[in-house]
Amino acid sequence: MDWPFLLDTTLQLLSGVPLALQLAALSLTAGMALAVLAHAAMVSGVAPLQWTAVAYTDLFRGTPLLVQIFFIYYGLGQIPAVRESALWPILREPYWCAVLALALNTSAYCAEIIRGALAAVPPGEVEAARACGMSGLLLCRRIVWPIALRHGLPIYGSEAILMVKATSLTSIITLTEITGIAHKLIASTYRVVEIFVAAGVIYLAMTFLLTLVIGLAERRLSAHLTHRRN
Amino acid sequence: MKTETAPVIVTEALSKRFGTVEVLKGIDFQARDGEVVSILGASGSGKSTFLRCLNLLELPTSGRLHLLGEEVRLREGGKGAADRRQVDRLRAQVAMVFQNFCLWSHKTVLENLMEAPLHVQHRKRAEVQLEAMALLDRVGLTARADAYPAQLSGGQQQRAAIARALMMKPRVLLFDEPTSALDPELVGEVLKVMRDLASEGRTMLIVTHEMAFARDVSSRVVFLDGGVVAAEGPPKALFGGGFNQRFDQFISRFSQPAA
Repeated sequence: MDWPFLLDTTLQLLSGVPLALQLAALSLTAGMALAVLAHAAMVSGVAPLQWTAVAYTDLFRGTPLLVQIFFIYYGLGQIPAVRESALWPILREPYWCAVLALALNTSAYCAEIIRGALAAVPPGEVEAARACGMSGLLLCRRIVWPIALRHGLPIYGSEAILMVKATSLTSIITLTEITGIAHKLIASTYRVVEIFVAAGVIYLAMTFLLTLVIGLAERRLSAHLTHRRN
Repeated sequence: MKTETAPVIVTEALSKRFGTVEVLKGIDFQARDGEVVSILGASGSGKSTFLRCLNLLELPTSGRLHLLGEEVRLREGGKGAADRRQVDRLRAQVAMVFQNFCLWSHKTVLENLMEAPLHVQHRKRAEVQLEAMALLDRVGLTARADAYPAQLSGGQQQRAAIARALMMKPRVLLFDEPTSALDPELVGEVLKVMRDLASEGRTMLIVTHEMAFARDVSSRVVFLDGGVVAAEGPPKALFGGGFNQRFDQFISRFSQPAA
């Protein structure tokens, strides 16, 4: 093993970490906002909204993220209306195309996570709150959402990890995040093994830290499940 | 019975239908201030549904409902309450104790007690906390104030749920089979708390299968059969036998010695 080379490679790859984290953070945030909207549409009781929301989540969960990235980056530019629209300065940029694709993709999964988490809230606890005179936003804020959060967080943690790793796909539309840098290094050195091992270790470190943070949050929130009878 | 007190709950021809199944077929009922009414009946007789209609966890399909002297404004055909604010306001005064306790799992016992007084009634935290601790003392849970529901036995959870209901300073307490989900050896501790409340002159409506409790503690027994009130009267009259044939059949199933 060529340790100096590995160290040098790792340092170069690390310069891609901020971009990868940025992409993940931005798309997770925007994705969550979209997911809340999609879920609201699903439970709106308005049929056209519901169909749209279901079609939306099915579409983005049912097609590969890579295809979505290609479509948004290469496909949209082929449509004259898009090229002439006010959004073109944004959609022309690979960075924003990547964010858009990642956000749309994760939002479809998050909408389902939200749905599942809310469905897991015990109806009896909601009734008990109603019986105490709670309703509307107060009921959601004090009882429904906190319980749903505890159900949803573990699954959301996996989704966040998937998104961090999914940022590697954006290298294919010219973004020089970790995988993009790895490709460039390989093109000039042909040392595939060391470079991908180093890249893998970096992803592993990032997801490990994320797992740690989520685990910590879970433990804090699930004190109510730890048995300590005395 | 003592001189007539004001009626706190009145139903007129209260009916409830689930799809094509008519569970309540026109119930006329009255509970007066200070009464302890046991609602008995076989499973499927509609007694739980009736109790749940009284604080609108189920919406009556037709009929009228008066709570605390106020008519609850309902929309036609069980479509809901016409006035959500009225329902929220009345519900806070008609507290419910559930079969499965339904404590909020993510909050400690103390937090469960303080939740509604703080956030529904907007009372002062210091005062609410003192009151909560006093009630926990009363139901024997002072030591478990900071425990979560999952860390308690069923009996402890139900005692906490009763304390939670009392925190609202309700005018009426509704009990929906409060001991049915408990292990037999835990039933007594919950009934003891309920006896204690009844002796205070609280208005209580209790759906129960505890015949001895209904006989000894309630001031009146209502027997539901097939979605109507089949018999009602003071427990002595009903349990004495010969008052109502269906009721006699019903309780004979309880008095059979265990195998």
